Amino acid sequence: MSTAHTIPDAPGPLLRMSDIRKEFPGVRALDGVSLEVSPGSVHALMGENGAGKSTLMKVLSGVHPAGSYTGSVEIDGEPRAFSDVVAAERAGIAIIHQELALIPQLSISENVLLGHEVTRFGVIDWGATHARARELLLRVGLDENPALPVSALSIGAQQLVEIAKALAKRVRLLVLDEPTSALNEAESDRLLELLSDLREQGVACVLISHKLGEVMRVSDEVTILRDGRTVETLTVERDTEGRPSVDEDRVIRGMVGRDLDQRYPPGEATVGPVRFEVRDWTVDHPTQAGRRIVDGADLDIGAGEVVGLAGLMGAGRTEFAMNLFGRSYGRYVRGSLLRDGEELRMGDVADAIAAGVAYVPEDRKSLGLVLDDDIRHNTTMSALGRISRRGVIDPGLETVEAQRMSERMRVRSRGVDQTVRTLSGGNQQKVVLGKWMFTRPELLILDEPTRGIDVGAKYEIYLIVRRLAAEGACVLLISSELPELLGMCDRVYAMCEGRITGEVPGADADQETLMRLMTRTGETK
Amino acid sequence: MNRPTSSLPRLREMLRGRTRQYGMAIALVAIIILFQILTGGLLLTPLNVTNLIMQNSYILILAIGMMLVIITGHIDLSVGSVVAFTGAMAAIMLNSWGLPTVVVVPAALLLGALIGAWQGFWIAYVGVPAFIVTLAGMLVFRGATLAVLGGESIAPLPQSLRVIASGFLPGRSDGPHLPTLLLGLAGAAVIVWIQWRSRARSRARELPVAPVAVTATGSVLVVAAIMAFTYVVAEHNGLPLVGVLLIALIVGYAFVMRSTTMGRRVYAVGGSERAAALSGIRTKQTTFWVFVNMGVLSALAGLVFTGRLNAATPGAGTMFELDAIAAAFIGGASAAGGVGSVVGAVIGALVMGVLNNGMSLIGLGVDWQQLIKGLVLLLAVAFDIYNKRRVGGSAPIMPALRSRRRPPRDP
Repeated sequence: MSTAHTIPDAPGPLLRMSDIRKEFPGVRALDGVSLEVSPGSVHALMGENGAGKSTLMKVLSGVHPAGSYTGSVEIDGEPRAFSDVVAAERAGIAIIHQELALIPQLSISENVLLGHEVTRFGVIDWGATHARARELLLRVGLDENPALPVSALSIGAQQLVEIAKALAKRVRLLVLDEPTSALNEAESDRLLELLSDLREQGVACVLISHKLGEVMRVSDEVTILRDGRTVETLTVERDTEGRPSVDEDRVIRGMVGRDLDQRYPPGEATVGPVRFEVRDWTVDHPTQAGRRIVDGADLDIGAGEVVGLAGLMGAGRTEFAMNLFGRSYGRYVRGSLLRDGEELRMGDVADAIAAGVAYVPEDRKSLGLVLDDDIRHNTTMSALGRISRRGVIDPGLETVEAQRMSERMRVRSRGVDQTVRTLSGGNQQKVVLGKWMFTRPELLILDEPTRGIDVGAKYEIYLIVRRLAAEGACVLLISSELPELLGMCDRVYAMCEGRITGEVPGADADQETLMRLMTRTGETK
Repeated sequence: MNRPTSSLPRLREMLRGRTRQYGMAIALVAIIILFQILTGGLLLTPLNVTNLIMQNSYILILAIGMMLVIITGHIDLSVGSVVAFTGAMAAIMLNSWGLPTVVVVPAALLLGALIGAWQGFWIAYVGVPAFIVTLAGMLVFRGATLAVLGGESIAPLPQSLRVIASGFLPGRSDGPHLPTLLLGLAGAAVIVWIQWRSRARSRARELPVAPVAVTATGSVLVVAAIMAFTYVVAEHNGLPLVGVLLIALIVGYAFVMRSTTMGRRVYAVGGSERAAALSGIRTKQTTFWVFVNMGVLSALAGLVFTGRLNAATPGAGTMFELDAIAAAFIGGASAAGGVGSVVGAVIGALVMGVLNNGMSLIGLGVDWQQLIKGLVLLLAVAFDIYNKRRVGGSAPIMPALRSRRRPPRDP
């Protein structure tokens, strides 16, 4: 693998995109965007959802072929017009999407070298193929047997396999779209280190991420997009202690076009008496008999209270929430949910909804929405009784109610008959929230409600949560972002290995305390 | 909030999801006109229109059930064999056991429901793919048909069963059939009333409505189409009984799928089973009942087919499943589930029916008929996919392409 090191000593940028304009029917997605990426640098592309980041990267990688946009794309100073993805890959540009493009049943080698297998007379030489794959895996720091199927790897490791695959194509510019959104902290760190390593090896990266912290940690330059235009490009330098020269608020200001005084709306919590109590909730793994995933969880939530649930990946937070929500995951062993001291029947999801419990799932695309249906139908899906009489739907009432909810959630759309697939991530999440608000919940469980969502939309979602709580609803907020829990919650529970390991009032909570509780393994409560 | 400023984009948005259905309706009209010309006016004679309804009645019945199955994201390959088996059992009950038709018809429908429940159980609760379960069903019930019939046909059948498939509304006299005309008039009036009422209701809620001229044109077209159809049918023997049955089924199922929570659940399960389950929809139950429904409709088609043939034969219903599946896909279903409509299935079945009938009239052999029908199915679905990609953007399709396309080898 020596080609990647032979970077031409061109003084100019590796990539120069200038004055890119791209229109979709009814929407101008890009309105004169310019972007320059220097060879061997990490370049962050920031912007709210819908600012045009993904569209720009699709123009670059040939998904939107030349001719469907205006403006110029130059590589090493030479104008290029990619007719498709293959042409862009040949020029050394590879994109790694949020949804990984690996074939789970095939081995690591087969995935990494798909289309580049080492062959002799057209027959695959497996020894050489594995050896070559191993070499690429070492470059991305993944010490795994290349004969393992990809499905046996964690999401983080799969991401590394994707990068190895890109390296096999002699990539010079790697585009990563939200690479850490599904990774835990350790995996994220490893990935970010890898980006720095790749920089040393002469591979430039364009990093799209909503996590400001990680962006500031690794990027050399930051380009900010807003409403389809380039706002500015900032150069990030680090002092001897690694502190970046550009502060996060500066970037946020550029992205939203205004000052965000606070990232979390102020809350005047007037917490009432305890309304919901969970007692001794215990859940087993759905297929592995006897494997406990939630072990005697106890918690309570007061009226109008926002309660956080902190935990590392695998702590059992989602499993707990989903089992609580009508046993929709795992095998229920024992435990009770009480509202105002009375036990609630929770046989299935319909029971849970009827009891006033709502669960906004972590994976909104596959669990929260029917993507090919419109906003209206998605909004009313969980509470059809509200728009029907004796099983017959009133279409006018449905439209009116969906519009009202859409406005309340501030969904940006062409109307309630827009298909949700075509909405941005933040707006999709608002539709999911609206769908659950429409059930008039008394206990709202939010599972990673702001994952993969831009700063502006995050703030709006926080506002909605606050307003809900102010109206007296109980909120259980599950999040992997500790600042979010600290900023939003009146109280935070920490979970580790299926057990609640502690409870901290919001005022006393800090990241260190929570982290200590979240990693308290093997002890009894 | 981006509010649309003009109504034109709104109208386009409203039409967007239905391009396939409107496209196929237009294609159906074009095919009718084409064969009307090619056959020198034979296609739309009163006798032939009546024949068209009767010949295609069982495929239409099956297509409605199949549409529901496909919307749920499944498939049913067994319907042809179930048609044969229920038909055979009905014939045995009538001729060998001597049961009266009023008992045999519900018994056959119940048998269909049990068959549907059997298949629905494996699909919904055990999780065996519908393709496998119904492939097995196709073999099982064909075998069962052969076994109960002992490889021979049962014929003739009592008049009381035959009348279901070949009878007409009473009231025959000289000149056009009056009850048929009156029925058509009443139907047209009801549809126009519904159109204007729903418009008025939308207005009362301050929702955007089509201009008066558009709704009025729609009403005129509906009345003209219904009256033209009833007049043609009235010229012959009047509306066949099976036509009455079909109209009831189409109206009933279209209503259930469009306007009831039950129908909405079926769409939700097909659109995303996991999202539906987390929304409180009992997805397994929904799937189960969709297959029970398919079983009942298969039995109904079996009764109509057996009555029309005046015999129960071991080979009855062969390839019916493919006609029904083709009708659903031509009519706008998506193999991924969650998309499709009852009216679409009817249009799809009529496209196939008119093609069959028209090609027979101009003397094209079965060889050419099959070939042309196959191409029509392919083109209809290809047109739909092309259309979706054009309006919906390419985003969802690309990741799949990315992994499949192989970049060129390095030297």
